[in-house]
Amino acid sequence: MTREQMEIDCVVVGAGPSGLAAAIRLKQLKPDLSVCVLEKGSEVGAHILSGAVFEPRSLNELIPDWQAKGAPLNTAAKDDHFYYLTRSKAYPLPTPPPMHNHGNYIISLGNLCRWLAGQAEALGVEIFTGFAAAEVLYGEDGHVKGVATGDMGIGKDGKPTETYTPGVELLARQTIIAEGCRGSLTRTLFERFDLRADCDPQTYGIGFKELWEIDPAKHQPGKILHTIGWPLTADTYGGSFCYHLENHQLIVGFVVGLDYANPFLSPFEEFQRYKTHPLIRPLLEGARRLSYGARAISAGGAQSVPKLTFPGGVLVGDTAGFLNVPKLKGSHTAMKSGMLAAEAVAEALDSGAVEAASYPARLKQSWLWRELYAVRNIKPSFKWGLWPALAYAALDSFVLRGRAPWTLHHTPDHTRLKPAAASKPIAYPKPDGKLTFDRLSSVFVSNTNHEENQPAHLKLKDAAVPIAINLKLYDAPEQRYCPAGVYEIVEGPALRINAQNCIHCKTCDIKDPTQNIVWTVPEGGGGPNYPNM
Amino acid sequence: MKILVAVKRVIDYNVRVRVRADGSGVETANVKFSMNPFDEIALEEAVRLKESGAATEVIAVSIGPVQAQETLRSALAMGADRAILIQTDEAVEPLAVAKLLAAVARRESVELAILGKQAIDDDANQTGQMLAALLDWPQGTFASKLSIENGHAIVTREIDGGLETIRLALPALITTDLRLNTPRYASLPNIMKAKKKPLEVLTQAELGVDITPRLVTLKVEEPPKRKAGVKVADAAQLFDKLKHEAKVI
Amino acid sequence: MAVLVLAEHDNSVLAAATRNTVTAAAQLATGPVHVLVAGQAASAVAAEAARLSGVEKILLADDAAYAYGLAEPLAALLISLAENYDAILAPATTFGKNVLPRAAALLDVAQISDVTAILSPDTFVRPIYAGNALATVQSTDKRKVITVRTTAFAPAADGGAAIIESLSAAIPVPRSQFVGREVTRSERPDLTAARVVVSGGRGLGSKENFLLMEKLADTLGAAIGASRAAVDAGYAPNDAQVGQTGKIVAPDLYIAVGISGAIQHLAGMKDSKVIVAINKDEEAPIFQLADYSLVGDLFVELPKLCALLSGAQG
Repeated sequence: MTREQMEIDCVVVGAGPSGLAAAIRLKQLKPDLSVCVLEKGSEVGAHILSGAVFEPRSLNELIPDWQAKGAPLNTAAKDDHFYYLTRSKAYPLPTPPPMHNHGNYIISLGNLCRWLAGQAEALGVEIFTGFAAAEVLYGEDGHVKGVATGDMGIGKDGKPTETYTPGVELLARQTIIAEGCRGSLTRTLFERFDLRADCDPQTYGIGFKELWEIDPAKHQPGKILHTIGWPLTADTYGGSFCYHLENHQLIVGFVVGLDYANPFLSPFEEFQRYKTHPLIRPLLEGARRLSYGARAISAGGAQSVPKLTFPGGVLVGDTAGFLNVPKLKGSHTAMKSGMLAAEAVAEALDSGAVEAASYPARLKQSWLWRELYAVRNIKPSFKWGLWPALAYAALDSFVLRGRAPWTLHHTPDHTRLKPAAASKPIAYPKPDGKLTFDRLSSVFVSNTNHEENQPAHLKLKDAAVPIAINLKLYDAPEQRYCPAGVYEIVEGPALRINAQNCIHCKTCDIKDPTQNIVWTVPEGGGGPNYPNM
Repeated sequence: MKILVAVKRVIDYNVRVRVRADGSGVETANVKFSMNPFDEIALEEAVRLKESGAATEVIAVSIGPVQAQETLRSALAMGADRAILIQTDEAVEPLAVAKLLAAVARRESVELAILGKQAIDDDANQTGQMLAALLDWPQGTFASKLSIENGHAIVTREIDGGLETIRLALPALITTDLRLNTPRYASLPNIMKAKKKPLEVLTQAELGVDITPRLVTLKVEEPPKRKAGVKVADAAQLFDKLKHEAKVI
Repeated sequence: MAVLVLAEHDNSVLAAATRNTVTAAAQLATGPVHVLVAGQAASAVAAEAARLSGVEKILLADDAAYAYGLAEPLAALLISLAENYDAILAPATTFGKNVLPRAAALLDVAQISDVTAILSPDTFVRPIYAGNALATVQSTDKRKVITVRTTAFAPAADGGAAIIESLSAAIPVPRSQFVGREVTRSERPDLTAARVVVSGGRGLGSKENFLLMEKLADTLGAAIGASRAAVDAGYAPNDAQVGQTGKIVAPDLYIAVGISGAIQHLAGMKDSKVIVAINKDEEAPIFQLADYSLVGDLFVELPKLCALLSGAQG
C-alpha cells in the first residue's frame, strides 16, 4: 500500500523541550509557515523524564511572559546541599559553582512540555502525539525531504492485521530532529552524512527517577540535595539527586555514567540501594512511591557535539548532546539549541537554501556554547576516578575557569566493559517492597504499555551474539543495565526480549558491548506514560 | 439512519490510578486521559455501519469539561461526521448523562444509539440501559455482534457463561462489549481532517436537563492490601485445605 | 425498610448469585425481604427461592414475556411493584446489570452498581477504576436501586419458608425479541466469568507442558489463564492472558502455577477470593498474596493435585 503524503514547511521530530522550543521560535519568526511536530509518546510529556532543576534562561528568551501565561514553574530552588556518602555517613562538600541553583526552579519537565505544547498550538503548530517518526525520507539528490511515520497495526509476524494503517510521509522543506538522547533517526543520519567525523564519541549516563509523596512534616519545598560516593565505587561516575517539589512530592534520582567497566554493575540496583542510605531513608519511610522512570542522557559535552546540519535538516537538543554535565542540566541548553536552529531554519526557508548553514555559527556565538565549552574537561576527567576528577574539577572551575588550553577526550561507552572473568560480581540486597523495588513493579508505576501484537522494536543485528559473546564474555550485562527488565537470559540459554516493558531509555542501544542491539521506534503511542515526571 | 455514539473522557487505561492522600478522589492532575475503550468500540461499530451503507450519519456526543473536545476530535478522526459537547465541569452521574443523551437523541432524531457498556472510571454500567428506558427503546447490551436487517438490530450479547441473540425493532440502543470489534487507528490525515469537522457546544440548560447529583461520594480509598496466607507442604495438604478450610472445591 | 430482590434463574434453577443478593438484602432491610421470580413455568424456582432463609415472600410472575429475562418486560414489571419497596436489589451479573439500570431510570433513581459493602441504609461501598479504588457513596434518592457484587456477600442458606404469591401484572408488548441462546462456546467457562481459574506461567517451560493446565482445568471445570510471560513464550494464546494488559479476573479460586507474579499479572487477579500459588522459587512475589503457597516442583505436585481432585469428583 502506498503511503499518503503531506507537504509542509517544517517537521519537528519529538515534542520535548528542544523540539517545542524550535517549533515555537519558528512560528514566532514566520507565522505563515506550516510546522508539524511528531511525538512518539501517547501525549506530550508521556516520554519526558528529567530531574529537574530548571534554569529559566532560555524560557525567558522564548516566552518572556511565561509567568503570566501560567508556565508550571512553581517551586523556586532554595538551599543547595552537596554530600559525599560512605555506606553510613554523609560528609558535606562545598557546592561547586555550576551547581548553585539560585533563580532556578524545581519542576516536572513533562509538565513544562505539556505547557509548551499548548503555547506552540496557540501559535498554529500542529502537534501529533502517538506518531513515531520511523524513517528519514531522502530526495533524489540525497537531501533529507522529511520523515515517515511508522505503520500501525503490524502483527508480531510482521504482517498487517485488521487494523493496519500505513504510515504517512511528511514532506518538509526542513526537518528538525529533536529526538532526545540517542535518537534512532539521528543514528542513521550520523552514518548517512558522516556527522560525527570531527567530534569525540558521545558518552552517556543513565538517569533514574522516582517521584514520592512524603510526610508533609519532612517536606521542605525548594530544598536540593546532591550526593556522590556510595553506593558507587570511586571508579564509577555518578551520583544522586533529591529535590523537594510542590504538593509534598519528593524526587529521588540517580545517574550512573555508562562508561562503567564492571559488567556486574546494575545501575538500577545501585539506585535502589542508594535510597537506603541514612541521609535518604528517613525521608522515604512511610511515604508512597508514585512513579518511576529512567532515561539515558548525553554527557559528552562540547567536544562530542556532532556536525549539526545536513541538507534538509538540523539536529537539536540532547540527540546532538547539549547537556551541561557539571551543572546537571540540559533543558535550558536543549531549548536554546532549538531556538538557534529555528532561526537558521527560518533563514534557510526564506532564502531557499537546502541547508540551515548559519545554525553552527549562531551556536558558537551564543551563551550556550560558552557555557558548554567552559566545562568541557570536567566529565572526561572522571576517567581518572572520583578523587582525581574532583581535584581536577576544582582546578578547572576555580583556577582555570574553563579556559584550560587543552581538551580532554572521550572513548565510546560500549568499549569500556571489562570481561566478567576479570570483574568482581556485586551482591545487591533484595528489594523490600517499601523503599526498594524490583524492576517489574517499577515499570508498572511508569504506566508503560505497548500494543502486544507488534514486532519487537529492539532488534538484534546478529541473533547469536547475545549468547556467544554477551553471555560468555560479559555475563549478559543487558540483564542489569536495562532499567525495565526487557532483557532476560532464560534456560537454553537464550536471550528473551520483553519489548513490552521498554521505557525507551535507549541504554541498550548505547551500552551493548558489541553494538548488536538496535533500538527502533515501536508502534506510535507505545512506551511509558509518565505523569508529572 | 443516524447513529448517536456517546464518548467519555476517562483516565487512560494504561495509567495506574492513584487515590489522593486526602481521600477526595483519584489524582487527575497531569494524568493522561483518553476515550473510554468501550466507547471506541462503539464508535468503530457506528463507523462500520456507515461505511456499509446501513447508516447515514454518525454523531459523537460527549459530556464533560472543555478538554472533552479532544476526545470528540479523536472520535471525528476515527470517522464520526460531527460532534456535540455538552460542556460542564460538574461530575455527571449516569442517570443525568442518560437524560442529556436522550435530549440529544430526540433533537437529532437518531434511530440507533451505541454506547460503551461501561466507563472504566466509575464502572457503573448503567448509562445505555437508562438511555433506552428514557427513550422507551429496546436495548441490546454487552453486544459482541451487531447487524441491521429490515428495520431491526440483530444483537449477539455476551452473557454469563455464553452468548444470546436478540432481535430489536429500531430505534434501539446497543452497548458494546470487548469482542464486538477492534477499533481502527486514527490516521494522521484523518486527524487533520477532523479539525475541520463541526463540533457544537451545548449546555445542560439548553437541553433543559437537571443534572443535580443524587449520590454523594463520601470518600475514596485504596482497597486493602492482600496479606500472604499459609504455606502448604504438598499437593495433599493443599487439597485438604481447599476442601475443608477454604471450601472452594 | 422493605427490600425486593430480583431473582436470576433459568426457569428451572435459581442462580447462585441470587442467594448472595438475598444476603445483601437482609443486611439492608429493616422490614421484609421479598424475592421476585419472573419467568415462564418457573414455579420450581419460586419454590427454591421460598426456602431461602430470611425471605418473607416470593412474588411469582409467570408469563411467556419473562421467559428469557429480557430487560424491557422485567423493568416494566419492577416499576409496577416499586412503590411497595424502599430498595430493589439484583445481582451484578450480566442479567442484573442489564435489567436494573433500566428500572432505575424509569423510577428516576441513580443506581448504585456493584455494591461490596452496606454501611447504612443509604451508604454503600463500591469499587471503581477496576477495583483499584473503593468509593463510599451516599444516596439521596428516596428509593435505592442497587446491584450487588456477589463475591462480597455470602450466599443465603436454605431454612426459610416464604409464601409464594402469584402476580398478574400487565404485560407490555416488547419490541425486543429473543432469538436464541448459546450457552458457553467451549466446554470451558469464560475466563472472566469462571468460578475457578487456573493459570500457567513460564515455569511450565514449554507449550507441551502447558497441557498440564488442561488436565487441572478439566478436574475443576475451570477456565485457563496464563501470565504474559507464558503468552509471550507461545505456551498459551493471547486471549488467555490474565493481567493488567489482559483480562482482569476475580474467581472464587485462582490457582497460579509456575507464575512468579509480575505486578502486571497480580493486577489482573488480586481480587480473586482464594489464591493458590505453586512455584519452585520461594522468593516469587506471587507468594506475597497467595492464601495457600506451595513451594515445590510443579511437575511433581500438579499431577498429584489432579489425581486428588479427580478422585474427589469420581
